[in-house]
Order: sequence, then C-alpha cells, then structure tokens
Amino acid sequence: MTMGDSNAPADLLAFTCPIPISDYPTITLAHGGGGRLTQMLIEKMLVPTFANPALEALHDGAVLGLPTTTGEAQTRLAFSTDSFVVSPLFFPGGDIGSLAVHGTVNDLAMCGARPLALSAGFILEEGLAMTDLWRIVQSMGQAAQRVGVPIATGDTKVVDHGKGDGIYINTSGVGIIPANVHISPTRARPGDVVIVSGRIAVHGIAIMSVREGLEFETALESDSAPLADLVSRVLAAGSEGVHVLRDPTRGGVSSALNEIAGQARVGIRLVEASIPIDDAVRGACEILGLDPLYVANEGKCIAIVAREVAEAVLAAFREDPLGQQAAIIGEVVPEHPSKVYMRSRIGGMRVVDMLSGEQLPRIC
Amino acid sequence: MCLGVPGKITQIEQGSALGLAMGKVSFGGIAKDVCLAYVPEAQVGDYVIVHAGFALNCIDEAEAMEVFKLLREMGALDERDELGVE
Amino acid sequence: MRFVDEYRNETDAQKLLRGIMRTVTRPWTIMEICGGQTHTLIKSGIDRLLPPEITLVHGPGCPVCVTPLELIDRAIAIARQPGVIFTSFGDMLRVPGSQTDLLRVKAQGGDVRMVYSPLDALKLARKHPDHQVVFFAVGFETTAPGNAMAVWQAKQLGLSNFSILCSHVLVPPAMEAILSSPANTVQGFLAAGHVCSVMGYWEYEPIAARYHIPVVVTGFEPLDLLQGIYMTVRALEEGRVGVENQYSRAVSREGNRSAQQLMAQVFQVSDRKWRGIGAIPQSGYSLRPEFAAFDAGQRFGVAGIVAAESPVCIAGQIMQGLKKPHDCPAFGTLCTPEHPLGAPMVSSEGACAAYYQYGRAG
Repeated sequence: MTMGDSNAPADLLAFTCPIPISDYPTITLAHGGGGRLTQMLIEKMLVPTFANPALEALHDGAVLGLPTTTGEAQTRLAFSTDSFVVSPLFFPGGDIGSLAVHGTVNDLAMCGARPLALSAGFILEEGLAMTDLWRIVQSMGQAAQRVGVPIATGDTKVVDHGKGDGIYINTSGVGIIPANVHISPTRARPGDVVIVSGRIAVHGIAIMSVREGLEFETALESDSAPLADLVSRVLAAGSEGVHVLRDPTRGGVSSALNEIAGQARVGIRLVEASIPIDDAVRGACEILGLDPLYVANEGKCIAIVAREVAEAVLAAFREDPLGQQAAIIGEVVPEHPSKVYMRSRIGGMRVVDMLSGEQLPRIC
Repeated sequence: MCLGVPGKITQIEQGSALGLAMGKVSFGGIAKDVCLAYVPEAQVGDYVIVHAGFALNCIDEAEAMEVFKLLREMGALDERDELGVE
Repeated sequence: MRFVDEYRNETDAQKLLRGIMRTVTRPWTIMEICGGQTHTLIKSGIDRLLPPEITLVHGPGCPVCVTPLELIDRAIAIARQPGVIFTSFGDMLRVPGSQTDLLRVKAQGGDVRMVYSPLDALKLARKHPDHQVVFFAVGFETTAPGNAMAVWQAKQLGLSNFSILCSHVLVPPAMEAILSSPANTVQGFLAAGHVCSVMGYWEYEPIAARYHIPVVVTGFEPLDLLQGIYMTVRALEEGRVGVENQYSRAVSREGNRSAQQLMAQVFQVSDRKWRGIGAIPQSGYSLRPEFAAFDAGQRFGVAGIVAAESPVCIAGQIMQGLKKPHDCPAFGTLCTPEHPLGAPMVSSEGACAAYYQYGRAG
C-alpha cells in the first residue's frame, strides 16, 4: 500500500519516517536541547508534515498576511508559541510564569512585531501547591502588565501526580508588524555586522546554580526580560538596515547563529575576545565544563545589521537599560556558508558547531 | 581528562556533614564547596586546582611566574630578530 | 580569572609560536596524552597555528573513550534495576554500549543522574537509605583520589547502599604500549598535567630513558600547551631525552603524597581492558579486597557481562595516534555525534568529537 493510494485505509506505519526510527525509538532529552536533534525533529517531521510557507520560514514566529480589501497594503501579523518546562519553577530573577510571558513577547519582538495579546495554557500536576500556583500566576500578571500586553485567553488542565513537573505553561502570542519592518533570517548578507545586546549565558547558569548548589558572590539572577521596547529602539535607529533579530534561548548564541547561517546560507565569523560575559558566569562555565556559547539566554537579543547602521544600532542598544553591555561580536562573511567560525583569544580559528544534543558538562 | 580549574580558598569549614575537610573555593566570583582533604597545608587565600569537587594541589605562585619569565626572554629574542641583530 | 586569563594572552601566544618556528628545523611527531589538552588545542586553534613540521597526534587520554564496551553494558544493566540511583559524570551518559546508552536508559525510566563529584553520589546515598546508589568511577589518576575518598568515607560512615563501578586507567602503561608498538611514530610526549599533579612525574623518567624520548609535563591553557610544545621541540632538536616540567605551578616530581597514600589503601593496580586497544597488564585500578563490598560489579552480579567491539570503529588506532579521525571511513557519515559508533565521537574529549565539532576535515 502506498501513500498515494486513496482507496486503501491509511496505514501510518507504512509512512517512511525520515528520522531513522532505528536510531531513536523514543524521544530523548537531547531532542529538546535546541541543537541538531531538535532541528531534525522540526525539519524532518514537523515542517514537512504541516507543510506551509509561514512555517517553512522557521523564524521565531510565523508571519501571516491578513486578507485585505483591494488597494490596502497588507497588514502582517506575527504569531508565535512557546512552551515552558523549566525546573526549578522558581529561580533567582524569575519563575516559570514570568519566563513564559517574556519568552513569547520576545519571539514576537524578534519578528519585528509589537505584541498585541497573549494566551496562556496551563498543564498542572495533581499535588502542585496552591501557593506556588498563586505566585506563578501573579508573576505572569505583573509581567504582562509591565509590558502592556494582555493575557487575553487561556486553558487549564490537570494531570495525575507523577505526570508533570509541577506545572507546564504554553504561551502563544500575536503582534502586528509595522509596514516598514522586514526582519527575516534570510536577509543576513556578507558585510553585515553581528551585535549581541549584552552578557551571555546568564539564564542557563542561574538555573544551574540552583540545581547544582553553586553560590555566586553577588547573587546571579536570570536575565529573563521583555525585549519589545529594546527592539523598537533598535528598529527606529536602524530601520531597513536591521536584517535579522533573534533571541538566543535554548542552545545559546551558537544555536541561534548556526540556524541563521544555515537559513541565509552565509558564513558568520565571531571574535571570542569581543563576546561580553560576566566573570562569575565565566567561572561557572569553567568549573562545570560548559561552553558559554551553548548556554541559554532569556533577555538577550542578537541583531544582524547592515554595516552602515551598525554604530547607530549599537548606540540604540546601549541607551536601553537592557542593552547597556551590547557589543559587536562578529560579522557575516561569504566564506564557509552555513558555518559559524570564531577567532579564539589567542588568534587561532575554530568552528562553532551546532550543538548535537544537550550540552553535557565535561568533568575530564 | 582532568578538567582542573584554579580557584581561591575563601573559607575553611570546621566539621562537615560528610565528615571530610571541606571549604569554599571561589572561581572568579562564584563559589563552590570543595573537599580540602588532599591539601592539608592550604590556608584561606591560597589558590588550588579543583577537579570533581576535590582540591588536588596548591598552586605555587612563584612557579606560575616562570612561564612569563620565559616569555620575557623570548620577547627579547623577538626584538633582536626584528632589529636584525645576530 | 586568576591563573587562567594570563595563560590565554594573544601576544604571549604569538611569542611562543614564533619561538617554536625559530627552533624547528625538521618534522617531529608529538603526542598529547590528555583529552583536555586535545580540547584546548583544537578549541583555541593551536593545531592550525603550529608550523607544518609539527604533527600532533592525540593520545588515549580520554577515560570515557577507553572505558570498555562491556563496562558500559554493565553500567546499563545496573541502572535498569529497580531501586537503583545510578550516578555518573556527564560525559559517560552518551557513550554507546552494545545496544543502548545511559541517556536512553534514563529516557525509558531508569533513575540515572549526572553528578559533578563522587561526593554528590555519597550525599545521595545518605539521603536515600532505601535506594542503592552507584557511582560510575571512570577516570585516570586525576579522578582516583576523589573516588578513593568517597569509598573510604562510605566505609567510615557505614553506608551499605553505596558502591562504585570502577574503570580507572593509568597513563604510564598506556604510554609504554604506544611506544613499544612497531607502528609507533610518536617522538615526544606532552604528559598530562593533572595526572602528574597527583602522581608526580618520576614514573616517566625510566620510560623516557628506555625509549629515548623527551616528555614534558604540560598544563591545559593555551600558553601551557604552546610552551610544552616549545620545550619538546627544543629537546628534540637538541637531541635531549628525559622529563621536563612545564606545569611547575601545579606539579612536583613526587606529586601529592596524601592523595597517593589514600589511593594505595583503597585501590590496587590490576590488569585492564582499554576500549579499542585491548588488555594492557597492570594498567588500571580496582578496589582492594578490604573494600570489595563497595564494588558495584560484584554487588549487582554484572561482572560476567562481556561484549564485542564494533568492527567499523577504529577508535583504538585513533587513540594510539596511528590514525586521525578523518582517516576513518565512518567519520562524519555513519559515525557522528548524533549516532556515534565509538566513544571518541561521543566524549567531548574524544579526538573524533573534537575534530567533528571544531571542523577538522583534514
């Protein structure tokens, strides 16, 4: 029986799965790491099955053109979704609730959109303390209010004890993209400059510090923050010269840049010495054997901009409280398309490869 | 093998839950509990190499400077080369 | 970070490179023993900055890579048992056994936990007296003092629910195995700095004398490696043999006596199988009879599990420096970090993974 045989009952088992099932009969944690396996799941299973242009662009959110009456310019809607499964639920600098609000607001901002409204879906584990839920919900309410984006709709489900990590939250959001804004990973071109809005690897290390009992001399807080205002500033300063925006969440700066390099088929060259990182975060990465380029960020933005507007964009970043440590960290080059290289501190060259699975700390 | 990272002892504990000599070691601003049983002579302020939760050795600060002594000598050689001196 | 940043200075690195270039007059093959050193060399791009006369080969200093297949299978068998909390360093979790790996056992419901120190495992044993806590004690001599202490303390505390699955390996026998091989091309060694900080370097003196080679005890930062290579090249050019110590800020000739003493009380030297290389006599540690109660292999009855290596994987030849990862027909095709055939592709220290990740195609 073949796929095209409409008279026969559909046999899902006859469908040829492009991810070799013999390799992965079950989902592993690596599939959620933000690296190659996640990419495989998306590119080989989800995208071809759901098949539509908005999805295939694979940006942080989908850009949808709203139907217009003749003569009007088409309004573009950005639509994004994200699920939050973080453990611990509460960490220095935030909690799963504020993370969920900021995360989707940021995905919309990375499309160049002004966020319009959010939804919130809750999967609650039987036994979750009501006081914890209150804290999380209040945190979400505050985060949404501060950004001025209403949580307009939602859903709640409860699962048996043991079937969830306390609480899972999904937020989805819509926003309107101004007519003169055209952000897309494919717009990156040789000569462009790569800017990061501040010190990297903070969120991932803040989470690890709770899990692994690391103590920071000044308490390290997650950098989770809404970036919509920062992005507005950057777009105002750079306008058409702002080609790509991306928030480097799971998988870190490396995954974000590797994705963009792959989508735009350009090479990216970074300079290690230019990448801003806090000393304590670096110390934590050293002792855990982690590469900060692969550690998650939650309140940072990468901008790939035309060289002519780089200085103006950098200045705009630095004017914002969330962008004061912004720095130029590299450039887009025609060589080694789809690959990200980095000039090491001592002047050598290394490839910054896509993460394979979850980054596991080295001990040896 | 052997991810061993240098850190500074900021605290030596008197008695610990596991009954081992423990202390706090700081790595550029982040501190971790480390077993100090193998560096009995170490004091607060000393630098140690830490691997898998254990301090394995104290860092000899005088020896640490040797690399840079060599580099200064090499720097002098570089200058001679540049000046074309034999 | 002090004692780190100074050793990553670009100007100084360039000085050492120029020194190496000034000194070298003919081809030399140098092996760095330790996976951590391989990692630095490739991550900082040193291997590509060196003059072409110098060939670096990467040695078997990746304890994850040399852990025999059957030991992984035994670990998996233990981790699958109910009531067991199986603890391990991160690197071991992805290494493929005959059928599966520890990460997948975790995915299927096994209680497999990553720890940073054997003391974490000890704490878990105290916290969960109703569970059996097993620690996968893999490593070279650097990790042995910590593991010895954990077992020693478990005995002091009277913990009956703590045990270790031991796969300790020793550097000097591995060096001898490489040097005595008729196919050997290695002319100088960068010895593993942290192994030597524990064991000292006196053990390498007879090896250097017997095989007429220079051995330089080297650290892990870029300047350490460049200086280690510089010292080795100078010795080779001048025809000198013997042991020198580049990593003198952390290494002395005798090593750490208190660590050696405790290790001698808990461990004894025994024969060991090295994955991809085979059995090397007197090349590892196992628990002494007085501590046999803490041997997870015996406690869980898995000591009988044996396994055969993949015929395609040439890990052994890579770890002996006879071949490079890109010489392997499976490199990057059948064997990638996502589906590794052998340990050097999985471990972040393994030569194959380092080559793959940092883009070395030959």
